[in-house]
Amino acid sequence: MSLSNVLRSPVGKKFVTGITGLGLVIFVLMHMIGNLSMFSGDDAYNEYAHFLASLGPLLYAVEAGLVLFFLFHAITGVRIWIGKRKARPQGYDMYRSAGSPSLQSSSSRSMAITGIILLVFTVFHLISFKFGPGGPGNGDPAYMTVIDGVEMRNLALLVREKFATTWYTLGYTAIMLLLVVHLRHGVWSALQSLGAMRPSITPAVYTIGGLLGLGIGLGFIAMPLALYLGWI
Amino acid sequence: MANSMNITLKVWRQAGPKAKGGFETYVVPEANPHMSFLELLDVLNEQLIKEGKEPVEFDHDCREGICGSCGVVIDGQAHGPQQRTACCQLHMRHYKDGDSIVIEPWRAEGFPIIKDLVVDRTSFDRIIAAGGYISANTGAAQDANSLPIAKADADLAMDFAACIGCGACVAACPNASASLFTAAKIAQLSLLPQGDPERKSRAIAMVDQMEQEGFGDCSNHTECEAVCPKGISVSAITKMRREYMKAVIG
Repeated sequence: MSLSNVLRSPVGKKFVTGITGLGLVIFVLMHMIGNLSMFSGDDAYNEYAHFLASLGPLLYAVEAGLVLFFLFHAITGVRIWIGKRKARPQGYDMYRSAGSPSLQSSSSRSMAITGIILLVFTVFHLISFKFGPGGPGNGDPAYMTVIDGVEMRNLALLVREKFATTWYTLGYTAIMLLLVVHLRHGVWSALQSLGAMRPSITPAVYTIGGLLGLGIGLGFIAMPLALYLGWI
Repeated sequence: MANSMNITLKVWRQAGPKAKGGFETYVVPEANPHMSFLELLDVLNEQLIKEGKEPVEFDHDCREGICGSCGVVIDGQAHGPQQRTACCQLHMRHYKDGDSIVIEPWRAEGFPIIKDLVVDRTSFDRIIAAGGYISANTGAAQDANSLPIAKADADLAMDFAACIGCGACVAACPNASASLFTAAKIAQLSLLPQGDPERKSRAIAMVDQMEQEGFGDCSNHTECEAVCPKGISVSAITKMRREYMKAVIG
C-alpha cells in the first residue's frame, strides 16, 4: 500500500490531522511563551526575536516544517469536512446529542470553521509581523534598534503600534478565543486519532487538553491586552 | 400514570428510494405508557390501514433489543432519548400525554432510504464481508480452557462483539461515519487467536470498504458511543487505528 493511499484512508487522514495538530499545539505553546518575554521589557522581547532569527538554517527548517504542518492539517481537515457533507446529503430535521459519554460540543462541531479562520488569521499575522516593517525584505531603519552593541529588529515597537489600536486588539483577542475553542476538542482528538487513548484516561485528558488550550489562548491574549491597557 | 396518552407523531414518509420525502403528522389518541415505541407505530399503522392509508414502513424483528433490525431517529436522537436502548425497548412511559415526537430514518449516503423509515444497511454486510470473518477451522465446541485467552482480552472482545449492527452509530455521527461499527469487529477479532491469520488484511480491507460505501470520516465527536444500544466504547476506534497503522507499516 503506497504512502499516499495510506494518508488518504479514513485512518490515515486522522493520523495526519493528529500528528500535525499536536505539532502545531507545541508550536503555539512555544510561541505564546516567547510572547510573554514582552513582560520582561522590550529589549528582552527583541533579543528573543533576534535569537530566533539568528538561528538561520535551523529556523528555516522549522519554518518549512511548520508550513507543511499547517497545510497538511488544513487540507486534511477540509477534506474530512467535505466528506461529511457527501456522507449525509440530507440532514435531520431535528438533531440532538445524546449527552455523556459523547464529547460532541460546539468546539467539535466547529473545528473546520475555527480552523479556516485561524489559518486565514495566520497568513495576515505573518504579513503584519514577520514580514512587516523591519522584517525580511522590509528593512525599515525606523524599526531597528541596538541592544548591547548588536543591531537587531525592533519588533517590540511594531507590536506596541499594532496593539495600540482598539480594533486590532479586540480582533486578535477574538481570534485567540477561537483558538481556545479549536483546542478544546483538538488536543484530546489528536491523541484519540493517533490511537493513544484509553477509556479510563479520556475524561482526564479531555479536561487537561481543554485547560491547555485555555492556557495557550489566555497567554496569547495577556501581552496585547497589557500593552493596550498600558500596563507594560 | 395515565393509561391513555394522546401522542402526536411527525413521521418521515417517502414512497421509494428516488421519491421525494416529507413529514406527515398523525395523532395517536389511544397510546399507552406500557407500549414499546414500535407498538406505538403498530397502533399508528392500524389507524392508517383503517383509514385506507398506506402504513408507515419501519424495520423490526426480535423486539427485544438484540437483533439490530429496528432503528429510527426519535426527536433528533438515534433510538430515542434512553441510552443503551434500541428503540424497540424504548417504552412510552418515558413520554407524557400530549407529547409530540419527530421520527426520521437513519440519514447517510451509506444507508439509502428504501421506504419511509426503512433504510438499506447492506453496506454493513459488505464491510463485514470484506474482512469481518475468520478462516481458522475452530471445529466443534472445545473444552472451555483449551484455548488460553487472557480473561481481560476475552471480556474486551466480548464487549466489542456485542455490536448488533443497527447503524445508530452512523445515524448519530455528525459525519455519518461508520467507524464504530467497523472498529468493533476489527477490535474484537484482533484480541482473539482465531482472528490472527487475517489480522492485517482485515484491518486494511474493512477500513477500505467502509470508505467505499460512502461513510464519512471520524472527527472524534464520540456521539456513536452515546447512542450505541450496546454501549460499545470508542476505544474500539482507537484499536482499529492502531491495527490499521500496524498493518500498513509492516
